[in-house]
Amino acid sequence: MELFDFYRKDRWPHVFCPGCGNGTVMNCFFRAFNELGWELDNTIFVSGIGCSSRIPLYINADALHTTHGRAIAFASGLKLARPELDIVVFTGDGDLGAIGGNHFINGCRRNVDLDVICINNNIYGMTGGQASITTPHEFLSTTTPRGNKEYPFDLAEIAVAAGANYVARWTTRQVHELTKSIKLALEKKGFNFIEVVSQCPTNFGRRNKMADPTAMLDWFKESSVRRDKVRGAAVDHVDLNLAGQITIGEFVNRDRECYQERVGVEGHGDRH
Amino acid sequence: MTLAPGEYFLQGNEACTAASIASGLKFFGGYPITPSTEIAEGLAQRLPEVGGAFLQMEDEIACISAVIGASWGGVKSMTATSGPGFSLMQESIGYAAMTETPIVLVNVMRGGPSTGQPTRASQGDMMATKWGSHGDYQVIAFAPASVQEMFDLTVKAFNYAEKYRVPTFVLSDAEIGHMRGLLTVPSNIKIVDRKQRGVRRTDEAYDVPDDLVPPFPTFGRGHKTAVSGMTYRPDARIEPEDAQVHSDLVRRLNDKIMKNRKDINKWDLLCPDSKHMIVSYGSASFGAREVAAADDRIGLLRLKTVWPLPEEPIREVASKAEHMLVCEMNLGQLYWDIKRVALEAGCKKVELLTKIGGDPPTPGEVRHKLREMGAI
Repeated sequence: MELFDFYRKDRWPHVFCPGCGNGTVMNCFFRAFNELGWELDNTIFVSGIGCSSRIPLYINADALHTTHGRAIAFASGLKLARPELDIVVFTGDGDLGAIGGNHFINGCRRNVDLDVICINNNIYGMTGGQASITTPHEFLSTTTPRGNKEYPFDLAEIAVAAGANYVARWTTRQVHELTKSIKLALEKKGFNFIEVVSQCPTNFGRRNKMADPTAMLDWFKESSVRRDKVRGAAVDHVDLNLAGQITIGEFVNRDRECYQERVGVEGHGDRH
Repeated sequence: MTLAPGEYFLQGNEACTAASIASGLKFFGGYPITPSTEIAEGLAQRLPEVGGAFLQMEDEIACISAVIGASWGGVKSMTATSGPGFSLMQESIGYAAMTETPIVLVNVMRGGPSTGQPTRASQGDMMATKWGSHGDYQVIAFAPASVQEMFDLTVKAFNYAEKYRVPTFVLSDAEIGHMRGLLTVPSNIKIVDRKQRGVRRTDEAYDVPDDLVPPFPTFGRGHKTAVSGMTYRPDARIEPEDAQVHSDLVRRLNDKIMKNRKDINKWDLLCPDSKHMIVSYGSASFGAREVAAADDRIGLLRLKTVWPLPEEPIREVASKAEHMLVCEMNLGQLYWDIKRVALEAGCKKVELLTKIGGDPPTPGEVRHKLREMGAI
């Protein structure tokens, strides 16, 4: 498959700003998907609301662009109705961790066969740069003009604790690792969660002295600590301030039997 | 298991469960809430026996989300809830209306607002059903008044949801849901399936033109459908900025229901030419039915479809009636709309008998109100 067979050319230009990390994640996904030789007609893309949730609308496949925060719930129903199809969820930090937090932890727990890719840009980008549940402590946003007084969520750790089958975190700087991880998640059954820490130069970087996306990618590179390669890397550390670190790598890779296999759900259609 | 044709003595909620399976239900997303829980319990038991899936979700928002997701997989799907759960579902009811997703939502109404009376009946959600989600949209809603109707109208709800690609409601209440009564399961149940994109069919059920209800592009069949709650063009491309696109879309979503009211509206009429008409629905009609059956001066128009409001029969009885009494188990919800139609049709006096707290108005209370109005 060529790159432009994967995307809906007629839906371009897209809404993403110059320097946005969404394109990197989309291309890593395309590469992983293509290397597996998967068919777009057997894959459904589900998302909620936000910049990253627009991704399914640009892919040349069936897409369900749903309400804010509920993508995993929509996807769970769809998977149980059509277990023979592959379901991929694209979401963001606000969509997944704030308004959709309950569906996220229960999705991990239930372990329905879904692949969830969360593009964490630490901000509400589409609405113009309000603090999100992953905005680092003391960072600036339009709703934290004196610095964020709250502490951020560690989405990957929540997924591990809630029982997800596979959990990994990368940044948009580690494209090869991310591609490998997506490939692994697509092939693996159960609830697989990949968090991608991504740059939003327009609404996060600009207010926090990182308006240049390449500066932000350099920062990702310098701050990233491989969980599996560096001893003592604080696993609970996602406090992405300039003195801090971003813990990356595979957090868990286990084989819990997925929900629809436990209950033996019947299919109501065929793979194309 | 599907109930074989025959007679049964069942609870209203059990009749609803049986009807949903008879209609071809394949996915149910549920969350425990009194007084609707028996529907979820029944389907947890029975749905796997007919190749369907039951999923207990983490909240009612997740229930309706999962139900909409399943429907896009091409299967008939349903959820059941009550007051607080119904409030939580409102956003996605609008999403289902906007994306034209066929779903059935059973609301076994209880006394509100808030937690209110979990175990007592009410008709407090009539307006929330019609106006609960933001924006202009139409839904279809039925109000059963017996165990038998809980079965019959649940089947109808599935058929109309499929036919018009619209969220369709069964507005039951704690009284009907928990009442036990006789149910006759007919040997021939008419089932309507959604019109599928790319599948030619000449089904008499489809008298609705494609420009009002487009064929359903089921996922996983190569249609490459992009479904979004955002304003979209007929080719599914999102177009949130264009006034004409929005106007065309939202008007069509409303028109497909409003222009087909003749097909959707169902009612029951006792003594249609009476000068004193009662208009009621659901369990609020129990007392009125007894009064009208015993006194031929009194007529009863019992609405089975409540949304869209059956204006035609209301207009007809109102044009002959001197007095009209609307009987509801809320503080007056359908009353205002019924009154508007009745006054326009020439009826001089339209009054309201309300009762809240859980018990339907008794025949004595109905008679007392009619006497007060000078009707008897």
